Amino acid sequence: MAFDSLGEFLAMGRHGLYVWLAYGVSVGSVVALVVAIRARNANIWQRLDEEESD
Amino acid sequence: MNGLKTLWHRLGSPRWFYQMMKPWQTGLGFVALVALLVGTVWGLAFAPEDYQQGNSFRIIYVHVPMVVLAQSAYMMLGSAGFVLLVWRMKMADVAMVAIVPVGMTVTAIGLFSGAVWGRPTWGTWWEWTDARLVSTLVLLFLYVGLYALREAIPRAESAGRACAVLAVVGLINIPIIKYSVEWWTTLHQGATFTATRMSMPIEMAAPLIVNIIGAYCLFGYLVLLNMRTELLRRERDTKWVGALRTEVIDGV
Repeated sequence: MAFDSLGEFLAMGRHGLYVWLAYGVSVGSVVALVVAIRARNANIWQRLDEEESD
Repeated sequence: MNGLKTLWHRLGSPRWFYQMMKPWQTGLGFVALVALLVGTVWGLAFAPEDYQQGNSFRIIYVHVPMVVLAQSAYMMLGSAGFVLLVWRMKMADVAMVAIVPVGMTVTAIGLFSGAVWGRPTWGTWWEWTDARLVSTLVLLFLYVGLYALREAIPRAESAGRACAVLAVVGLINIPIIKYSVEWWTTLHQGATFTATRMSMPIEMAAPLIVNIIGAYCLFGYLVLLNMRTELLRRERDTKWVGALRTEVIDGV
């Protein structure tokens, strides 16, 4: 570990705001992208099933 | 040569591609998840602090993989556009549709994380006179433009060709991004490492390499899933999709 305590880890020296802002937005965007692309796939399957039952 | 030719023809077959890429998609998705978790935790908590920049340098573990991927993704997009224009291969159009949203998101993350790192390091979020920053913003506009162009043209075939032309022309921007830090002396630092030289101790570089590998695998997973989804949509009236549907129903 590069840090002595959880508090120090969260504080990131004096750069906590920048580090956690960059990571938060990045991870959030990647998760949103994965969810959106998976949802598009699920949506196509649902449409195919609906056409099947017509 | 013969084997290559067969592979080329098979890659153009929607049904073959849909089935053969399933295990690749799953495998890449799994490796991406593991690598990105390991690289990110390692970079955030275990890599040593930078003696000049302090802990803000940890932002490079998201920034560098994202901007590297943003450029690679665009090169693939441009190549797909070229293949579509020259050989009229439909699979290349499917690849373009699949890459654009991924490349756009990745470029946006790269720009954002770079700005947040620049604030404590350079004292500014953004600098219009920096060629690296501006050419990367142009890359984002190219992705957004390609997305908008496809939405704007109703006929799928015309939309595909228009996007292919724009994608190929936009390739000019890639060497500009790459050499911007050498051609113009600006704020942005030079490359952290190239194939032969590394300007960073290994304890700092290792998590970065892990995250770069993870980012490429994530890209592979997302593009394959997106391509397979697009194939299902385009081929929904064909026999093979019909067969796939009954398979799924039987399987449940």
